[in-house]
Amino acid sequence: MNMQSDNPKNQRPKRTVTEMAIRYGFLALMLGLLIFFSVVAEGFASPYSAVFIFQSVAITGILALGVTATLVVDGFDLSIGSTATSSLMLSAYVLVVLEMNAAMAVAACLIMGAAVGLINGILIVKFRVPDLLATLGMMFLLVGLQRIPTQGRSIATGMTLPDGRVAEGTFSKAFLSLGRHRFDFFIENLIPVSVIVLIVVGILVWVFMELTRHGRLMYAIGSNSRAASLAGTNVNRYKVLAYMMSGVLASVGGILLAARLGRGDIASGNNLLLDSVAAALIGFAVLGAAKPNAFGTIIGALFIGILLQGLTMMNAPYYTQDFVKGAVLVIALVFTFALSKRGAAH
Amino acid sequence: MQNIAVELTAITKTFGENAVLRGIDLELGAGQVTVLMGANGAGKSTLVKVLCGVHSANTGTVKLYGEVFNPSSPSEAIRAGVVTVHQSINDGVIPDLDVASNLMLDHLAKPGSGFFLNKKKNNAEARKIAAAMALDVDVTQPVSELGLADRQLVAIARAMAHKPKLLILDEPTSSLSAAEAKRLFTLLDRLRDSGVAILYISHRMSDIRRIADRIVSMRDGKISGVFDEAPLDYESAVRAMLGHSLTDANIQIPDLGKPVMQLKNIGLQQGSQPFTVDLHANEVVAITGLVGSGKTELASVLFGLNKPSSGEIALMGAPYKPASQAEAIAAGVFLCPKDRASNAVIQDFNIAMNISVPFLDRHSAFSFLKNKSERSTAQRTISELGIVCQSDTDEIGSLSGGNQQKVMVGRWLAQASSVLVLDEPFQGVDIKARRDIGAKIRGTAAGRATVIMVSEIDEALEIADRIIVMNDHTIVGDHRNENINLNLVLTQVVGKTNNATGSNEHAI
Repeated sequence: MNMQSDNPKNQRPKRTVTEMAIRYGFLALMLGLLIFFSVVAEGFASPYSAVFIFQSVAITGILALGVTATLVVDGFDLSIGSTATSSLMLSAYVLVVLEMNAAMAVAACLIMGAAVGLINGILIVKFRVPDLLATLGMMFLLVGLQRIPTQGRSIATGMTLPDGRVAEGTFSKAFLSLGRHRFDFFIENLIPVSVIVLIVVGILVWVFMELTRHGRLMYAIGSNSRAASLAGTNVNRYKVLAYMMSGVLASVGGILLAARLGRGDIASGNNLLLDSVAAALIGFAVLGAAKPNAFGTIIGALFIGILLQGLTMMNAPYYTQDFVKGAVLVIALVFTFALSKRGAAH
Repeated sequence: MQNIAVELTAITKTFGENAVLRGIDLELGAGQVTVLMGANGAGKSTLVKVLCGVHSANTGTVKLYGEVFNPSSPSEAIRAGVVTVHQSINDGVIPDLDVASNLMLDHLAKPGSGFFLNKKKNNAEARKIAAAMALDVDVTQPVSELGLADRQLVAIARAMAHKPKLLILDEPTSSLSAAEAKRLFTLLDRLRDSGVAILYISHRMSDIRRIADRIVSMRDGKISGVFDEAPLDYESAVRAMLGHSLTDANIQIPDLGKPVMQLKNIGLQQGSQPFTVDLHANEVVAITGLVGSGKTELASVLFGLNKPSSGEIALMGAPYKPASQAEAIAAGVFLCPKDRASNAVIQDFNIAMNISVPFLDRHSAFSFLKNKSERSTAQRTISELGIVCQSDTDEIGSLSGGNQQKVMVGRWLAQASSVLVLDEPFQGVDIKARRDIGAKIRGTAAGRATVIMVSEIDEALEIADRIIVMNDHTIVGDHRNENINLNLVLTQVVGKTNNATGSNEHAI
């Protein structure tokens, strides 16, 4: 109970400084960073630098949107990172070993992502495994599974297969263009495909969550699943849907990563899980939402990207990056849970 | 007269504006079982919490054998000799530990009880406690392997290890079978004989008949009746608890429409007496009965949450077997559940979003939400029910309890239904909100069958055309709310007439 309930007839209090800080603090901080780096770091304020930031966060951002979907229904998906790397290895396997075309590779990855999400969802709603544990199990399973077909080696054209054959397939031009093509935007060859995908996926997730009844019901489930169920919502179906969204988006991230790298690199994508979870959680603090939301998630991803790019241009060593990300996350969580009333109510 | 073990004088307790205890004066005698009865919200549990140190009273004093007793924490209350066994059995025991550890737990938790466990000594001590309680279990057995009754007895034995002066039992038989309850009563008899004052909270008449030396009824935060002359007057005790101030409930009973929902030979659970009842258009039916009489189970069956163990239901003449809540809603059967905080309120949503939740398909086109239609429905609900708020986009959490309840009822009144079931719609709301909600329910009742589950007879009299009494998961009375024979209603609520053979002695 807060003051308002005691004096329901009082005028709505003017927005206090704290409320303003909660609402716009993070955006202001981001603006401040942009101005600071533009002044201090030479070359920061350029279209190329901006595109670089977008590109560096595109894959993380897409995965983070998947995490957001699961957070909305009060779930959590720890398997996104390994779903993405499995998708990376699967696309390489389809292209290089099975020698199929780009469309087949993309389709196989998307189907795998959806299947992983479906299994996660079924584990959680039917077998009642707690979400963190179910997706943790799936994470281990996928990390192991993606190594089996190649006996733990990376996939590249010319590699020797377990049966002694030499893999002769190649990453087709069409597939590589997903990672390397750049669209013209005022300047030639400026915007990479991954950035376009991020923007499109971001808009789609935002529209779905904010403007459709399905998104509304998913938020209802996240807030009080029993009440949502008694209001006639098929809670299990929406939960499975959320995990499938997460799985598919993770596989999209894996496809883009494979197309950028041009090989099935077994060691890539180690940071994907933590980075995307951080972006989704930082998103809670944007505009004082105190809940998972697509817009906040993208801002969260960009915030980290800007900070890292700026620091890199100021010659901060690479090994400080994770520390910086962690610090940003902790500050954002304080914004969400300690300062905002809604966060405190939970 | 026995020794007075506990003496409460003018105890009051308020939470915010809500006065829960309004001057309690009560004495509990040593070696006596005092049964405390009270409907939901009467203040029983708050009174217990004051006694066991969870809450402290705003005013008034508690004396324990003449000494002032004002515990600041549950552990202090236990040390002073007031021990409570809570309703949920597993709150009283730690299932993964063995019986001995459970019995000795409070000893182990005491500061200065040594760093290392002495298992042998522990088990020996525990055996002594168990023997003193005539508790026949192997103390090295994990509690999780025991049956419910044994667990309950372990919890009580654990409590007894403190040599309590006052033992409080909060609905201890609610999950025990009749045979298990019998063992508990035998134990309580022994404790009574040893001079412990026992405060026993229960709604089950069979328990009360078996164990009570004295009955205290509570209502609206006050003691509404004390009954200690043998033979105990159970009916008056229930009456004092439920109360009937005979308000001039000005009910105009409308003409009955045709039957909307017909229940035929419905058995709510295995072994319960099947019943048949028709619910008609235009009528408002109140279903009343004690806690555990089957009201909520009936609501669940009507809404398709549970299947009846026998019988069938017809809706508008066609068979009605909803496989999901969504199907029930689509068929025009709505349920406004009890306990709004856990079953209804969506805390993250504002008022308009809370109202629209079940009917988002009617507020959207091609899945896209139509903001205007959602908000205009909410604004209509707000003005019709007199919800006190600034706008329909206020956070639900900023409303008072009564207004939140209005939103929850308004959610289901916002669309037309054939059968509207409201389970305890007046739970935790003030009198003004109760009147507003009641008036709105009656005002919109034409054309549908309305079923309201209420424990308080006053509430039933105030709102219903027809009052159905439930007991032991079946219907035992059906009255038109016109010159109603209240004594008969109360008798049926208590369940004496129909249960002379003792059929309600079965555990629920």
